Amino acid sequence: MKKGHILGLGIIAIAIVIIVSMLGDASTYESFATAKEMKVKGEDKAIHVVGQLKKGISGEVEGIEVNENKTSFYFMMIDNDGTEQKVFYNEPVPADFHRSEQVVVIGAYKSEEIFMADKILMKCPSKYQETEVNTAGM
Amino acid sequence: MINTFAGNLGHFATILAFVSAVVTAFSYYKYTVASELEKPNWRNFSRILFYIHSIASVTIAISLFEIIYSHRFEYFYAYSHSSIALPVHYMISSFWEGQEGAFILWIFWNVVLGLVVIHTNKSWEGPVMIVFALVQAFLVSMILGVVIGDLKIGSSPFILLRDAISAPIFQMNPDFVPEDGTGLNPLLQNIWMVIHPPTLFLGYASTLVPFAFLMAGLASKRYSEWIRPALPWAIFSAMILGMGIIMGAYWAYVTLNFGGYWNWDPVENAVYVPWLIMVAGIHTMITFKKSSTALKTSIVLIIASFILVLYATFLVRSGVLGDSSVHSFTDLGLSGQLLIYLLFFLAVAIFLSVRAWKYIPTSDKEASVYSREFWIFIGATTLSLMAFQVILPTSIPVWNAIVESFGGISNMAPPTDQVGFYTKFQLWFAVVLALLTAVGQFFWWNKMDGKTLKDTLVMPYIISVLIAALIIVLGKVYNVSYIVVVLAGSFTIVANATILFKLLKKSTFKLAGGSLAHIGLGMILIGVMFSSGYSETISYNLSGLTYKNSFEDEINKEHVLLWINKPTQIKDYTAIYRGRQKKVVGVPGLVESKILKKAEGVNHAIALKDIVVDGKTYHREGEFVQIVLEENNYYKIDYYQEDQLAFSLSPMAQYNTSMGLISSPDSKRYLNKDLYTFVSVINDLEDPEWNKDEVFEVSPNDTFFISDMVTKFESADVVKELDGMQLFDGDVAVKAKLTIQDYDVEKVLEPIFIIRNNQVGRVPIIDDELGIKIELTNILPEENKFVFTVNSTQKDYVILKAIVKPQINILWAGTIIMLIGFCVAIYRRYDEFSKMRDKGLE
Repeated sequence: MKKGHILGLGIIAIAIVIIVSMLGDASTYESFATAKEMKVKGEDKAIHVVGQLKKGISGEVEGIEVNENKTSFYFMMIDNDGTEQKVFYNEPVPADFHRSEQVVVIGAYKSEEIFMADKILMKCPSKYQETEVNTAGM
Repeated sequence: MINTFAGNLGHFATILAFVSAVVTAFSYYKYTVASELEKPNWRNFSRILFYIHSIASVTIAISLFEIIYSHRFEYFYAYSHSSIALPVHYMISSFWEGQEGAFILWIFWNVVLGLVVIHTNKSWEGPVMIVFALVQAFLVSMILGVVIGDLKIGSSPFILLRDAISAPIFQMNPDFVPEDGTGLNPLLQNIWMVIHPPTLFLGYASTLVPFAFLMAGLASKRYSEWIRPALPWAIFSAMILGMGIIMGAYWAYVTLNFGGYWNWDPVENAVYVPWLIMVAGIHTMITFKKSSTALKTSIVLIIASFILVLYATFLVRSGVLGDSSVHSFTDLGLSGQLLIYLLFFLAVAIFLSVRAWKYIPTSDKEASVYSREFWIFIGATTLSLMAFQVILPTSIPVWNAIVESFGGISNMAPPTDQVGFYTKFQLWFAVVLALLTAVGQFFWWNKMDGKTLKDTLVMPYIISVLIAALIIVLGKVYNVSYIVVVLAGSFTIVANATILFKLLKKSTFKLAGGSLAHIGLGMILIGVMFSSGYSETISYNLSGLTYKNSFEDEINKEHVLLWINKPTQIKDYTAIYRGRQKKVVGVPGLVESKILKKAEGVNHAIALKDIVVDGKTYHREGEFVQIVLEENNYYKIDYYQEDQLAFSLSPMAQYNTSMGLISSPDSKRYLNKDLYTFVSVINDLEDPEWNKDEVFEVSPNDTFFISDMVTKFESADVVKELDGMQLFDGDVAVKAKLTIQDYDVEKVLEPIFIIRNNQVGRVPIIDDELGIKIELTNILPEENKFVFTVNSTQKDYVILKAIVKPQINILWAGTIIMLIGFCVAIYRRYDEFSKMRDKGLE
C-alpha cells in the first residue's frame, strides 16, 4: 500500500470519529415526558425542552421561588405538550424572565420531581412586535 | 418635515451601483476577448465603469451615514438603530448594526480592493475584475429593495419609517417624525465594536481576491501562474480575518458577560472556519511555489475559503440559526438570495475546476517522509480537519431545516456544553499543529534525512523540555493533557525561535514571517491553556450557606450577593459594594451617582456637590453636567486584602427594555492574570416596596436602630434657608440631623418640617442605597421630643461573579506576534510578485 493511501485512510478514520462524536454529543429537543423516560433509562445526557412559564388567570407568572441569597431559583414551566414541571436554575433570575414568551431549558432531570437547567434561552417580545414590516415598492 | 432627498439619493446610488457592476462585468469580459488593437479601449471603458460603480457605492454609504448622523428618524434605519443620545463614534456602529449597513460595508471594501487590484496588476486585471464585478452585483442586490410582483430583491436601508411600520399614527399624520430613535444595541456601544466589524468585513471581502485570481487563472488556462499574485492576498486575507477574530474575542472579553473570550458560538465559528481553511491554503500555495506539488489542494482550499465565507454569511444572516446563537439576526428575507449567491459561485468554481482538472500539473513522485511537502501537507490536512470538526455541528440547524423541508422530522440540537465539546478536539489538533510547525520549519530551511533531523531537533527539544518543566512547576500544571499542551507549545516556540535566529543571522528579516507566526501559535496555545483551563470562579457563596438538605447543597453557587457597604469574603479578597457611578463628559474616571441629580433632557444632570478628581475641580455644586449614556450605571466594588484597599472595579450594567440586563465586566489587570468581575443582577430602584411605618419618638442625642443600623439623632434646628425651596416671612422650618452608621460608612440625613400659615409640610428624605425613607412627622416641644416616621425596604445590592484568568496576556501577546508574522510574510510575497510583474512576466 502506498503512503498516500495510508494517509487517506487515516484522514477518513479521523473524519468518521468526528462525525460519530458529533452525533453522540448532539443534544435533542424533547418534551418533559420523554426527558423523564430517558432519566429512568439512565441516560444523563442534557436535552433541550421548549415551553412557556406557568401563568395565572390574569397573565401573571406563577411559581417562581427565589432562594434567599438570590443566586438561584425555581420556576414552573409548561412544555409544548402541556406537561407542567418544576425547574431549578443555579443562576440568578435573568432580567426580563417574567416577560419571556418562550423559554428553552437545557439540562436534565436531577430527581424525580426536579428538572435542573444548565442554561436557559429566552425569547422576549421584541420592540417591534406589534408592528409589521412592509417592503417599499418602487 | 420629512426629508426624502437623502433616501432617494441612496436608493438611486444603489440602483446605479447594481447596474454599473453588471455592465462592468460585461465590459471586462469584452476586454479579455478583444483583439490586441481594441484592448486599450475596452480597458479604459471598463475602468471608467468600475469608477462609476465605486462612486455610487461610496454614495450609498454617505447617504446612509447622513441619515444616521442628522438624526433623520423618518427613516426606518435611523429610527431602529440610532438615537439622539449617541456620541458620533457610536453612530458609526449604528451604521453597521443593521444587516443592510453591514452589506454596504462589505461592498465598500470590495470597491477598495478592486481599485487596488486594477492598479497593481497588468495581465490579470481583466478576468479578475469580471469576478469582482459579479460579486459586487450580487452584494448590491442585497440592498436593492426592489419588488417585482411577489418577488422581493434585497432589503433597502433607505425605506421610510411610515413604509416600514404600519402604525396608526401614520394614517393620521403621514408626515409624522419620531422625536428619537430606539437606539443602538447597548452591547455594541463599545469602542471595539467601532473597529471590529470593518476589520472583519475587510477580511470577508479580501477572501475574494485570491478566489478571483484562481478563477481568472482557471478560465484563462494559466493553471499555476495565479499563485504568485494571489499569495500575498491570501496571506493578507488570513491576517485581516485573524485580526477580526481576535478583536471579536477581545470585544467579547471586555463587554460580554459569558465569562471569556471565546464561546464557540455559531457566529464565531462561522469566521474561524474560513480562516483555518485560508491558512491551510496559504501553506499549500507556498509549497507549490517551492516544489510544484499541492496545486490541486490549493485550488480546492481557496475555493472552499471563499465559499465558506458566503456560507458563514448565510448561517448568520438567514435566521436559520434561530435560538442557537446569542447573536440575534432576524431574517430579512434575504436567505434565498444569499443561497443563490453562494450556489452561483460554487457552481462556477466547480465548473471551471472540473474543466481544467486534467490539465492541472501534478507531481507524480511520492512525497518522502523527510520532505517538507509531506509535513506541510499533513499540517494543511490537520487544519482542514479542524475546520470540518467545527462546521459540522455548527450546521445542525441547517441540517434540521433541510430534513424538514423534505417533510421529515429532525430534533437534533447543538451540543449543550459547546466549550467542552469543541475543545476536546480543537485542543489536540492544535497540539499536533504546534508539533508540526516545529518539525516543518526545520524541513523547510534545511535538506533533511533521518540523522540530520535528529541532530538538529535534539537541542531545541531539550531546551523546550526544560522550559516546559519550569512552566509546569511554576504554574502548578498537574493535569496530564495540559502538560502535553505546555510541552507542544514550548517546543514550537523554541524550535521556531531557533530558526528565527538563524535566519536573522544569515539573511533578512523578510523571511521571518513563518517562524514569527508559529511562535505566536505556541504562545496562544499556552495562553489559552492557562486562561481557560485554569480559569477559576472565586465568587463562591461563602457567606453562611443555608443547608437545605437537597441536591442544591452539592451545587456550587457561582454568584455572590453583595449588600451595599457590607464586607463579603470572596476567596482572598474582601469585597464591598460601594454604590453606583456614572460617566460624565470631561471628567476622568467615574462620578458617584448620588451627587448627580437628573435634569430635564437626555443625558443631562445637575451636580449636587463639587466634582473633584485628584485635587482638580471639574464642576461646581449646582452646575449642569453632561452624562455619557445616562442609562449606564457603573457599580463600584472595592476589593480589600488584609484590611487594605487593594483596588476598585466598576463593572457596568444597564437595564434595557428590549434586551433585559446588559452587563459588561471590569477586570483588574495584572501581568500574570486578570481578575474579571461582572454584575449578574441589579436592584431596581424604581417603585420600591416600602415596609409599614415605624415611628420613633426621640430627643436630640438619642440613639436608635433603623433596619439594624445605629442611628443617632444629632440635633434639630430652625433654619432660614432651604435648598430648592423658598421660605416666606412667618414660615418656620426645622431641619433635623440624623447620622446613620452602615458598617464603615456614616451618612447624614436631614428631613425637614415646615409650618406655613398653620399648615404643616414635611420633606422626607429617601436614601436609595440604604433603602430608607425618613420623615420628621411631628415636634413635641414640651417634652423636647421629635417624632420620626421611617419606612424601610431592601438596601441596594448587586449580585456578582468574579473569575480569575491566569496568563491571559500570553494569549494576547501571542496573537500580536502571529499577526506581525503575517505582515512580514505579506511584504515578502508582494515583493516577489511585484518584481516579476515589473519584469513583464505577469
